[in-house]
Amino acid sequence: MVKALFPLTLKEASVKRRGKTLAGPIDLALNRDGITIVMGPNGAGKTTLLRMMHGIDRLSTGSVTWAVPDTVARAQQAFVFQTPVILRRTVLENLAYPLHLIGMAKKEAEKRALQACADIGLSGHEGLRATRLSGGEKQKLALARALIRNPQVLFLDEPCANLDGPSTREIEALLNQAKLRDTGIIMSTHSIGQAQRLANTVIFMHKGALVEHSPSSVFFETPQTPQATAFLKGDILE
Amino acid sequence: MIRRIFTTLAAIFVFATPSISEELKLAVTTSFHNSGLSDILLPALFEDTGIEAQLLVVGTGQALRLGQAGDVDAILVHSRAAEDAFIAAGFATHRREIMYNDFVLIGPAADPAQAGQAHNVTEALWAVSSGAAPFVSRGDDSGTHKREASLWENAGIQPETADWYRATGSGMGAALNTAAGIDAYILSDRASWLNFGNKAGLLLVFEGDEALFNQYAYLPINPELHPHAKSDLAAQLENWLTSERAQSLIDAYEIDGEKLFTFNATR
Amino acid sequence: MGDIWEGLRAAAWLLISFDADLYEITLRSLRVTVSALFISCLIAMPLGALLVLRRFWARRFVIAMLNALMGLPPVVVGLVVYLMLSRSGPFGVLNLLFTPTAMIIAQVVIITPLIASITHQALRDLWSEYHDLLISLNTSLGQRVRTLLWDGRRNLLTAALAGFGRAIGEVGAIMVVGGNIDHATRVLTTAIALETGKGDFAMALGLGMVLIGLAVTVNLTIHWLTGTERAGRW
Repeated sequence: MVKALFPLTLKEASVKRRGKTLAGPIDLALNRDGITIVMGPNGAGKTTLLRMMHGIDRLSTGSVTWAVPDTVARAQQAFVFQTPVILRRTVLENLAYPLHLIGMAKKEAEKRALQACADIGLSGHEGLRATRLSGGEKQKLALARALIRNPQVLFLDEPCANLDGPSTREIEALLNQAKLRDTGIIMSTHSIGQAQRLANTVIFMHKGALVEHSPSSVFFETPQTPQATAFLKGDILE
Repeated sequence: MIRRIFTTLAAIFVFATPSISEELKLAVTTSFHNSGLSDILLPALFEDTGIEAQLLVVGTGQALRLGQAGDVDAILVHSRAAEDAFIAAGFATHRREIMYNDFVLIGPAADPAQAGQAHNVTEALWAVSSGAAPFVSRGDDSGTHKREASLWENAGIQPETADWYRATGSGMGAALNTAAGIDAYILSDRASWLNFGNKAGLLLVFEGDEALFNQYAYLPINPELHPHAKSDLAAQLENWLTSERAQSLIDAYEIDGEKLFTFNATR
Repeated sequence: MGDIWEGLRAAAWLLISFDADLYEITLRSLRVTVSALFISCLIAMPLGALLVLRRFWARRFVIAMLNALMGLPPVVVGLVVYLMLSRSGPFGVLNLLFTPTAMIIAQVVIITPLIASITHQALRDLWSEYHDLLISLNTSLGQRVRTLLWDGRRNLLTAALAGFGRAIGEVGAIMVVGGNIDHATRVLTTAIALETGKGDFAMALGLGMVLIGLAVTVNLTIHWLTGTERAGRW
């Protein structure tokens, strides 16, 4: 059994680009708790928070630490982007790519990729060019590819922002399955409905700052801050 | 797929340079090569001696530079003064006269400068300097160019600044092409002229002056300066070029019934 | 017009009569150019990828140099390679001057900047597309280079074909370093220069037609083999 990554600790962590603070400074301790939803209006710094937790945005100040060394932690994470990055390869090759990177034997990688392909309902399309898939299929493919190494933590940045209802439903089903397999999920969304359906824990952000961090039942029923209250009521936050 | 194409092609093509028998590099002037004589001499040379002479066809100036750098084993050129300087500098062991042909003045068929009526080449150049038609010069420091310059000097004319004088900086054939294109006068060696395929409106307007005599000489590169130079092959080639066999081939070579070269090596 | 017609006839006759010399120099043209192209690709494509992936201090300078070198007159390259390989030059002992190898070296110098530059441009777009994913997947530099080169292979093929076109039609450099020696270093382009010098325009044009035909054939063959035309673009 791989050593647990959590808790994740952020201390004074911030990201600045060209003198502008995109997010932070943020102090946060996060335990594995099913699905953690990062909420907030556009420009609140949700994406930046996810990227700095994952370690793909360089910190300007502070630190992000896992319970294990960074290199070990990175190998146990995966990230699904708002606009899925699809390799110019076949569906199967896209799924097998992360496995090839860690030197898995071709046969074994292909076996797992085939299974993953079936899991997202793309059986029979293994040889299809992945760039020709529809938006929903691409996002499912990106999700399956992110899960193929069985990461302990999965980040998703507004994965359903550009998707229709049925596709969103399928993605959410896949996320619930992953949660049952003990994958810690940290995901941003600006859809209150989606957050209510999925969240165990909610992190609420506004203007780059962490405003509220509470269990979902508490957050949705008795928000502690005026910003969160206004957001849940549907007001426009400035 | 692409990978396979690349590897296959690479396997076929890369560096398959076979090295054969006795090769010797000889820098020759364009005028010699354009005459077509080399196509007669080289196979016979190979037949008799097994030497494969690889010709580098360049102007006399470049031929001398190649020899000086040791990039060829011998040179065959036609510019007495430059040859003497070359030997004096120690780049070649000696020079051996092989054969001669002559230069001719080519011009527009109508001969607007009336150069054809001159009694000698100096008069002919005076006529050309009237500017009735342009004059194309090689301008490339070749043997022909050097001869042309000395002829102008003997005639007491400095043509370089005249508007009818066009220095092209190119080989004999390219210069002839230029002259044909603008209906100009030009000094050419007889061999190149006879073998030239694009005569257009040009004709031979003046010939026969002794000052137009064109001597070819063979200079083997000094092995003391360039130990890698194949001096024994160069010596064999010299022997063959001055042999009776070469003599009969050179003297018998004709284009359109005109004899081009006269063998004059001393044995 | 007459000359062009004569040129076509000469080309046809050369091909129909299976002119041995023509096949020899055509094959040598191909051999030299394909060898040079192969070596150039080995150098230029990883270099182009590295220029995209690595932010080292001289990166901008190298890119600017590549772009400038693309316009380098081949005859200057020829002269420099000549001076290097000359018996009196630093690499004279290798005895490479006036051999096909010397011609390959000159062509490598000429087309490597071109291929590297096109590779750099093509992979820069691909990298901006892949950047987040490959960083997230914790890929090594070598893995990134391989991924970009493999997934960008269609664009790289264009780069290679551009290099092929420039090399096969090049005359200035290989004339200087090859010397246009019959049966040793004569290729299509130098033969064309020679025939033009002799005023034999029909033969020169005939050889030119063969050269064009060769270039077109190679391009069509590559496109056909890789199915670029049938399968469309990614």
